[in-house]
Amino acid sequence: MSLEDAFADGPAFIPYLAAGDPDYESSLEYVEALERGGADIIELGLPFSEPIAEGPTIQNAVVRSLEGGMTPTRFFEFVEDLDVSVPLVCMTYYNLIYRYGEESEAQRASNTSGETVSNGPRPFVEKAAEVGIEGFVVPDLPAEEAGPLREACDEFGLDLVFIVAPTTRGEHLDRMMEQVSGYVYVQARLGTTGAQSSVSDQTGSSLERLADYDVPKAVGFGISSGDHAERIVASGADGIIVGSALVDIVADGHDNGDDAETVADRLETLARELKDGAVAGASQRPPHPERT
Amino acid sequence: MSADGKFGNYGGQYVPEALMPAIEELTDAYERYVLDNEDGFMDDFRARLRDFGGRPTPLQRADRLSERYDREIYLKREDLVHGGAHKLNNALGQVLLAKYMGKERIIAETGAGQHGTATAMACAHLDMPCEIYMGERDINRQRPNVFRMKLNGSEVNPVTVGRGTLKEAISETMRDWATNVEDTHYVIGSVVGPHPFPSMVRDFQSVISEEARTQAREKLGRLPDAVVACAGGGSNTMGAFAEFVDDEETALYAVEAGGSTLEVDEEAGVAPNSASLTTGSEGILHGARTRLLQDRDGQIMESHSVSSGLDYAGVGPELAYLVDTGRVTAVNVDDDEALTAFHRLSQMEGIIPALESAHAFGYLESAAGPDAPDSEEANDLGEYVVVNVSGRGDKDLESAIEETYERDIDIAPNMDEFTGGL
Repeated sequence: MSLEDAFADGPAFIPYLAAGDPDYESSLEYVEALERGGADIIELGLPFSEPIAEGPTIQNAVVRSLEGGMTPTRFFEFVEDLDVSVPLVCMTYYNLIYRYGEESEAQRASNTSGETVSNGPRPFVEKAAEVGIEGFVVPDLPAEEAGPLREACDEFGLDLVFIVAPTTRGEHLDRMMEQVSGYVYVQARLGTTGAQSSVSDQTGSSLERLADYDVPKAVGFGISSGDHAERIVASGADGIIVGSALVDIVADGHDNGDDAETVADRLETLARELKDGAVAGASQRPPHPERT
Repeated sequence: MSADGKFGNYGGQYVPEALMPAIEELTDAYERYVLDNEDGFMDDFRARLRDFGGRPTPLQRADRLSERYDREIYLKREDLVHGGAHKLNNALGQVLLAKYMGKERIIAETGAGQHGTATAMACAHLDMPCEIYMGERDINRQRPNVFRMKLNGSEVNPVTVGRGTLKEAISETMRDWATNVEDTHYVIGSVVGPHPFPSMVRDFQSVISEEARTQAREKLGRLPDAVVACAGGGSNTMGAFAEFVDDEETALYAVEAGGSTLEVDEEAGVAPNSASLTTGSEGILHGARTRLLQDRDGQIMESHSVSSGLDYAGVGPELAYLVDTGRVTAVNVDDDEALTAFHRLSQMEGIIPALESAHAFGYLESAAGPDAPDSEEANDLGEYVVVNVSGRGDKDLESAIEETYERDIDIAPNMDEFTGGL
């Protein structure tokens, strides 16, 4: 199933977890619990040592996952070991994509120029396609620098999701919308990722700016409850993305030494609440004259 | 440099989407105020550098070093800039630019504390509220600078994630900027980050080489054969080199921190050095493509140097490009050599240098010292050498004494006398 298809039957619920947080085996169970809770797409974080777009919750998840031994190679094994049927999106930073499949020791030995040769994003995308990943979100890759990754995604049939901030406008927005596929990630407020107790009013105006673009709009940053999800979808979003509120459950379970099954149940419960909220929001939506 | 801020394949703007409008606004302001001197911005900047900053700084002949190395050694005395380092050149330029842009709040990261103190001074001078992000470990290593920032009215926010050094402080400042982008300017401290920072910081720092070039003409009647500067992120380096880049007869040496060894511990993710030009590889960090200390997977490694101002896993994209093209020669000096040079300059010239700057002098010794007679490196340095004294060492006294005590540097005074007093 393609990413766009996941939006066909009503609002899409898109949860995020960092792969390998806090350890490989528990993390597999947690991601599978998200599907049981009603996920339509799952965003899987491949942790990078310098996560500049993340707030403290996901920064700490990244630290736990890296300390648990997560690497790009392990990440691809993780995806293969996962027993889920919904589409998976890999969320990571560009350096890991760019450096994957770096020249081997043998290539390095025969390379006398002294220059380090990078193969660019293609090997990473090829491997991702092979293990069944459907798309990417890369928070530090603006549309202006995305050409090589877009090309590789086209070659292997993967989607490239871009993040639209409350400040994104004009030519820059146009360049992004020329390259986006799957869905757009509408950033609900300025700042970094993190759960909030209220929903930002920047969301509505962002959705309005995007109304003319024919691609699903999923809103993320700060959604933490079914009530949030309902209001976001009622205000016109095609989907909701939830990360930090779910990662908080993983962090609490880890800190309290709870067993993985208990934590997985909690994740499933919150996932269902969010999904139900999104569905309830859809029934309150006014018809969209511009999207008939 | 091309219009999109690329230096060969290096540079660019790899930033979260929320920062793009701020970067576009800054690029526009850089072109208008800095490049085109709109509203007399550059005249205002230069006047403040003179009256507040104490410029121009001297180009001084180092008599005893000249004798030791059997050539003419001249010192570009950036340690005499207000605040004790070249850092004010950039901080004053950027805070003033933020003022012209109508921004109401300044944030900055700092490693050694030199950029933080320079930014705090510039903010007090220009009446701008200021918050500085500093790694917790650096706060402990550089307490006097923390006091200086606070005395100038800035807030100092400790950064506790990771190892708590410059790399984490930059990431955290970028997060603040992404949250408060509309009224806040991020004064980045080196020639790193997304375009236009590498070019803009170079332009504010290039007053160093502009003065040095004119002073060399006046004093020596010629250009130097070599300019030597230490390199961490590379702001004093690019400042000392910029106006000489087109002078093919002047060799340019960027001296990196060799730390304890150039060997890398991949398993632990630690590079016990900060020599990204010498040992790094191409990658993307903090908004730019450049040379980095990273592991096979592209995870950024923890760097190390006895000098916290050089302790960074990346380097400015333009400097990486100039090294790749052969215009700049990257060399490195390890912790022991830097400490020895720190003591030598203190004893022979009456100048206590910053540990960063001591690396540049460490290279003079290894290339042309008594142990390296008639070496190829000594010949390459030529007859007239300018060394950039990027900062003074007052901020480093405590760590220099501790590190010397641990290492047994043979030319150092007896450290037993010092340790009781600290």
